Amino acid sequence: MSLEAAIRLSLGVLDLDMELTIGEGEVVALLGPNGAGKTTLLRAMAGLVGLEAGHVRLDGQVLEDVATGHYVPTERRPVGVVFQDYLLFPHLSVVDNVAFGIRSRGAGRRAAREKAVRWLDRVGLGSYASAKPAELSGGQRQRVALARALAPDPRLLLLDEPLAALDVTTRAEVRRDLKDHLATFPGLRLVVTHDPLEAATLADRLVVMENGRLVQTGTVAEVTARPRSQYVADLVGVNLLKGRADHGFVRMPDGPVVAAAGAESGEVFAVIHPRAVAVHRQRPEGSPRNVWPGRASGIELIGDRVRVRIDSEVRVVAEVTPAALKELDLDEGGEVWISFKATDVGVYPA
Amino acid sequence: MRRQSVPIVVIALATIGVAFFVLPLLGLVLRAPWGNAARSLSEPETLEALKLSLVASLSATGIALVLGVPMAWIYARLEFPGRAVLRALTTLPMVLPPVVGGIALLLAFGRRGLLGSWLDTTFGITLPFTTAGVIMAETFVAMPFLILTVEAGLRSMDRRYEEAARTLGASRWRVFAQVTLPLIGPSLFAGAVLCWARALGEFGATITFAGNFPGITQTMPLAVYLLLETNPEASFVLSLVLLLISLLVLIGLRHRWLGTA
Repeated sequence: MSLEAAIRLSLGVLDLDMELTIGEGEVVALLGPNGAGKTTLLRAMAGLVGLEAGHVRLDGQVLEDVATGHYVPTERRPVGVVFQDYLLFPHLSVVDNVAFGIRSRGAGRRAAREKAVRWLDRVGLGSYASAKPAELSGGQRQRVALARALAPDPRLLLLDEPLAALDVTTRAEVRRDLKDHLATFPGLRLVVTHDPLEAATLADRLVVMENGRLVQTGTVAEVTARPRSQYVADLVGVNLLKGRADHGFVRMPDGPVVAAAGAESGEVFAVIHPRAVAVHRQRPEGSPRNVWPGRASGIELIGDRVRVRIDSEVRVVAEVTPAALKELDLDEGGEVWISFKATDVGVYPA
Repeated sequence: MRRQSVPIVVIALATIGVAFFVLPLLGLVLRAPWGNAARSLSEPETLEALKLSLVASLSATGIALVLGVPMAWIYARLEFPGRAVLRALTTLPMVLPPVVGGIALLLAFGRRGLLGSWLDTTFGITLPFTTAGVIMAETFVAMPFLILTVEAGLRSMDRRYEEAARTLGASRWRVFAQVTLPLIGPSLFAGAVLCWARALGEFGATITFAGNFPGITQTMPLAVYLLLETNPEASFVLSLVLLLISLLVLIGLRHRWLGTA
């Protein structure tokens, strides 16, 4: 089983050009900032918005192919969708919501109802069968939406920001449940999210997109180790520079040269962990090869760490302890020197 | 909180305006012969008019639902050249003097009308001056209210529910019948009630196209008008009945017109 999609379309300001594959048994998280085109991509796979070019193939079956004119309408695609705010039919009871898709696929009223009740039991809502969606909590609605999408036995399950509508306290619990339910579903699964934690918890593989384009894909460990965009670097919390490697140095397009132990040649990314960036009030003595004067433009306490954003020739974020900050006697706008070792700069091809 | 300062002129004009509406209603209530109300209402002529009015207005509402909802759906959902013109044409009776509507109906469906002469010669069907003619006249005048209300409902509903239904394998018809219609239920109800109330009060188009035959085409408003000369008291009572119905409609639709306060 696999999904193979190449999707090109423009919609207003969005210009979408993405390729996406989901392999047998895989849970893929589509991660990206708001407005990246994630939801549009999902809608295109469900057939709710037409392609301008490209194709969508599921298990070798062509769902859509612009070149040959194939188009399977939404209602005949074996694709289940959990929408962002669930879109449970407000006029139908919970069990009728779940039975809706089973009925649409031709089952009789009784059989559909029985199957729907079994699904409700599975998500732990058997006793809510006759309730209306409005009577349920956010977490319960999410489970009904999942049961409704899974009940007609789709081969591909698409979830659009499945936890975004929940408040923070219930989100963790529902996320755990969702992970378990996703694990028991045998088909292909795609979770659209802008929350890196959600992506990391639910998915085997991340697909990062920005501005309608693929940025990078890989396991959580791969993506966090080698971010390929500022957005990913910010999510991971590391400093990302891009330049041309030149035997021990990375030359950045706007001038500065960073000493980096592993740099050979070619276009590269250089990643520096904020913990590796030292902050000084005076120009530091000693061995660090990378030393710049700068100005603290932002100071932020995160947990038991302080993140200091520094404007200098290379703009970086440094992470220090609150005690160290006090010792530095540093306020926003204060003049500082930063330094980091060439061996603390991770380099990989761009 | 600072008190709202009130311009005297506004208050005075508004008071006159309110009195203009309230006094006639008050007159109707105070001058109606309450003692004879039961007798007036049970007279065969009155009962016939009442029955005919109910049958015709409910039929007109039924036809408006069957034809008007699909029209509203097309206006709300399909983009096509001439849509604005088509919508204007089919809602024209809302602003057209009803008598003109009646004459137009005669020219189309009368015995010498565009379609009427063909109906007459081919099938022997005559529409004017029949109960069917009453229903047509009422439908012609009242259906636009339903079309516009339902169209507004269709436009304001969250269409993503329809998309959700499609991802669940529902055919276009199933989406329409099981999702769209229930979701616009309140608009459907409001449209039907407005349409019915308008049909019930229809006078000009009815008397022009269907005439005034007791038991066949004489509806309540026609009876009220004619009784005013022969039996004013009965006319008052019937007016009161129509007033009561209008009041009930207003209360039934209070969320739409009176806000939720």
